[in-house]
Amino acid sequence: MSTDKRMPINIENLKIHRLLELYRTKELNPKEVIDCLFSHIEKIEPKIKAFVHFNREKITKELENIPQKEGKLKGIPVTIKDNICVKDEPTTCASKILGGFSPPYDATVVERLKREGAILFGKANMDEFAFGSSCETSFYGPTHNPWNTSCVPGGSSGGSAAAVASDETVASLGSDTGGSIRQPASFCGIVGLKPTYGRVSRYGLVAFASSLDQIGPLTKDVKDCALLMNVIAGYDEKDSTSVNIPVPDYTKALVKDIRGMKIGVPREYFLEGIDKEVKKAIEEAITLIKDLKAEVKEVSLPHTEYAVATYYIIATAEASSNLARFDGVQYGYRTKDISSVNDIIQFYSRTRKEGFGAEAKRRIMLGTYVLSHGYYDAYYLRALKVRTLIRKDFEEAFKECDIILTPTSPTPPFRMGEKTENPLAMYLSDIYTISVNLAGVPAISLPCGFTNDQLPIGMQLIGKPFDEETIFRLAYTYEQNTDWHYKKPKL
Amino acid sequence: MAITLKEVGHIAKLARIELTPEELSCYTSQLDKILEYINKLRELDVKGVEPTTGVLPLKNVLREDQIKPSLSIETVVKMAPDKKNNQFKVPKIIECEMLFEKNE
Repeated sequence: MSTDKRMPINIENLKIHRLLELYRTKELNPKEVIDCLFSHIEKIEPKIKAFVHFNREKITKELENIPQKEGKLKGIPVTIKDNICVKDEPTTCASKILGGFSPPYDATVVERLKREGAILFGKANMDEFAFGSSCETSFYGPTHNPWNTSCVPGGSSGGSAAAVASDETVASLGSDTGGSIRQPASFCGIVGLKPTYGRVSRYGLVAFASSLDQIGPLTKDVKDCALLMNVIAGYDEKDSTSVNIPVPDYTKALVKDIRGMKIGVPREYFLEGIDKEVKKAIEEAITLIKDLKAEVKEVSLPHTEYAVATYYIIATAEASSNLARFDGVQYGYRTKDISSVNDIIQFYSRTRKEGFGAEAKRRIMLGTYVLSHGYYDAYYLRALKVRTLIRKDFEEAFKECDIILTPTSPTPPFRMGEKTENPLAMYLSDIYTISVNLAGVPAISLPCGFTNDQLPIGMQLIGKPFDEETIFRLAYTYEQNTDWHYKKPKL
Repeated sequence: MAITLKEVGHIAKLARIELTPEELSCYTSQLDKILEYINKLRELDVKGVEPTTGVLPLKNVLREDQIKPSLSIETVVKMAPDKKNNQFKVPKIIECEMLFEKNE
């Protein structure tokens, strides 16, 4: 086909499924798309700062290898959160302590993306070690929300979400420990899925809280989310928490029909603290879902008010243990002030003092405290028991419904700096997403409205363990009956 | 205040993080507020409730003890902040003579 017949690239329309179609019909080729994204990034990135590492030369070189590859994502640019290992590329968790680290191996999800011909399109900014809900704790500075650059993009996968929302990339991978995919997806007006714990391999994900972390996609629509899940989901012998059960073709779940589906709305998610505009948007979404002939009923998750406290004990306990490996010996940053160091403890302590940011130190110390002698039973063991109660809440609710519908976040995106001085207020912003990680169930966030100030609002759909298909079906049906995913920030 | 400066100082030591006096005071007040909040878990009766450490019924995964290709030594030490002769180099922290004396 001659080049003059090629269609002009509409950057806003660069979705995975659309690109695969255009590549197939030869109306576009990956090089044209990548070149277009490069020039878009040059204009947009100074305002958004979604990337922490971006190697244009390497991406260009990778493009040359594309024609030989066949795969489900051939020629699709995918951005990776900076806590997921990509061989020989910086993986810093947006922390000084991992400065200069380039892992000698790929995470399993990255290996799978490469195998299917995806183009790895830079490393996305994040809260340091995924500790945060605003993407402000990165050593490299904050990412800005594309809808209003004085607002946060959400966290901790804020860079991954902002890059997709601003069309700097086509899709991205993030990680979700307490809402870190869903809350930024909600704040940036895109789709983000936290799969069931064990569905996607965590091999090569720098661990934060191992019993809660899960890798998942952030995309422009539900179909793209299913396409990415088809590639990254599945058993991995390198991850002992990976579950060996068959993975369905998620695109087959994209059926525009939810008649008879039972949807539970937990009453505890609509009590104090919820923003009026968020509440209204969710109520309108519920009305639409009822019109589409699904059955909506009230359910109860009675231990919801204890989820944040439970989470911050378990997550920080696991984090304090996982982050013990950063000691300045084998990789990453080491204190330069060796001459004044008297013993090995001082060597570690100085390295960690200089290498970790404030939030990382705060969490490591809280985790060390709740695990320490005399407090283990009172805090950590008790939190594990409350976790059982939270899991049981979900088991009971799912006896009555197929899906649980909630807001993703109690508020729309907040302003930068608004919560940085008050860690507790920041922690409470994850109140609607945290229980899902404690119970290990899957959940998606998708756009369901905008505030009067044109800030996105997200809706969360929670499914039964390993039932991502029902989530996809409801999300797809809702999306196909609304226009929110077509709206774009003015940049 | 439920948590004291002394306790936070001790925790920082256990966590291997050196703190300035300003940081120590700031973290003490912040941890105090966070602990006050998480103390709400005490309201719940958890008698007889089994703890959930993870959501999956995990069992030990074993594989054949076979030699497989692995990363080379050069690759592994490549990322070290300091190295010598393919080994991680760390500052000298134990006097050799002292060590020998102890062993004898």
